Amino acid sequence: MNEILQYTVQGLAAGSFYALAALGLAIIFGVLGVVNFAHGACYMLGAFAAAVLMDLVGLNFWLALIVVPVLMFFFGVLLERLLVSRLTALDPLYNFLLTFGLSLLLVDLVKREYGVSGQPYTRPEILGGQLTLGALRLPTYQVFVLVFSLLVCLGVWLLMTRTRIGMIVRASTEKSELTRALGIDVNRWVTPVFGFGIALAGLAGVLAAPFRAITADMGSSFIIILFAVVVIGGLGSIVGAVVAGFLVGLVEAFGQAYAPTLSQIVIFVLMAVVILIRPAGLFGREENA
Amino acid sequence: MLEVRGLEAFYGDAQALHGVDLVVREGEVVTLVGRNGAGKTTLLRCLMGLHRDVRGSVTLDGTEITGLGPHQRARRGLGWVQDDRGIYASLSVEENLTLPPVTHPDGAWSLAQVYDAFPVLADRRRAPGTTLSGGEQQMLALARVLRTGARVLLLDEPSEGLAPVIVQRIRDIVQQVKANGTTVLLVEQNVRFASSVADRHYVLAEGHVAADLDNEEFTRRQDELLAYLGM
Repeated sequence: MNEILQYTVQGLAAGSFYALAALGLAIIFGVLGVVNFAHGACYMLGAFAAAVLMDLVGLNFWLALIVVPVLMFFFGVLLERLLVSRLTALDPLYNFLLTFGLSLLLVDLVKREYGVSGQPYTRPEILGGQLTLGALRLPTYQVFVLVFSLLVCLGVWLLMTRTRIGMIVRASTEKSELTRALGIDVNRWVTPVFGFGIALAGLAGVLAAPFRAITADMGSSFIIILFAVVVIGGLGSIVGAVVAGFLVGLVEAFGQAYAPTLSQIVIFVLMAVVILIRPAGLFGREENA
Repeated sequence: MLEVRGLEAFYGDAQALHGVDLVVREGEVVTLVGRNGAGKTTLLRCLMGLHRDVRGSVTLDGTEITGLGPHQRARRGLGWVQDDRGIYASLSVEENLTLPPVTHPDGAWSLAQVYDAFPVLADRRRAPGTTLSGGEQQMLALARVLRTGARVLLLDEPSEGLAPVIVQRIRDIVQQVKANGTTVLLVEQNVRFASSVADRHYVLAEGHVAADLDNEEFTRRQDELLAYLGM
């Protein structure tokens, strides 16, 4: 029983990274129609930025949770303005290829500067060790990641459902053309939305920094799982991205515990089963499938 | 008020509109009738700026709007109700109503006015937009543009596929809107509906205007038109 709870927390903590990053991917896809293949590279950049800034200017973890997403937001704004926006009038495939190229470029630039070995990162002492809840002992950091991510997801959900900006994002996700014809300048929201999505990937990276090996390639396997998450949740579905993120984290953790050699395969089996039963994903709309 | 000159529209190599000329004067209700594929929906989409491959000129109040994007046209007072009603599933009924900005406050319906005219929308205000029935969705789509205060309504087959009692309700609304001085350009296959609300009619055939009839002549030649439209 204790063991199962531990794997559950471990899985939900791992799922937090997927949920946050997939949320960004889903919002970008919804509003821009762009499948951002560079999302994994942005997750890696978030972790690297946290490590490098700690090394250079002594930026601690708590500040990194704020500073790095802000930097990544502006990085996203720059990418959208300089590159992505030039291709939005064309077939979406062009932007997919662009972001694929970008992700290779970013990974190689980081490798060139920092090599292939991992960067060190020290987590705050308070987040080390174990939390004891009765007979249950859980790693403090995993519990922190889980709670923090849930709060961020809740915040994004409130932003999406309770504000006018969220209403416009939902409307343009569903019917972009009509939303324009109803007098809303959808283009005005495209750049900040892209930046926001990239910031979420960066935030996932910062959270991963004390927990995972910080290497140039850390985003490459991440993005593959992330696509599985988005497909399971339903492409463009915000709630779907979060739920599927945590679900995949759980599947991965239990897979690693009970069938280590199959743990990655199980995720893609889950994806295949979901596609067979609900082609649009768990929370996708059929007409968008 | 709304003037279209030499409008041509293309889908790749295929030409959908071959030089359409038409005028809608302030306060008029004008219909576009024509067979399926005559270019009625394409014409409304061109007026809204939703079709990119276009030549010719569209002016609103004497100002050229040809180069403007859809949201700029909406802000100048064009209100479009698309043929499938365009109700958002991810927005509640009330959000569907309040999404478009109010562009002309003097003619705009308040939310209270909308709920007064369509009590069913008030009852279902928290429900997702697409859980309404077809007729209710059409009411919602109409109410949504009325709330913006749009000065020219572009309505794409508002009576299509609806029960007679709902069609009657929509006819009442169009007449009420007209009485308030709003201009309406209406795509309509239903000749009886068209003749009961409109001042003038353009018959569109193969991407150009084949006839421009006042309502008297239109009503007199109704049988001929029905035969022409294949109904």
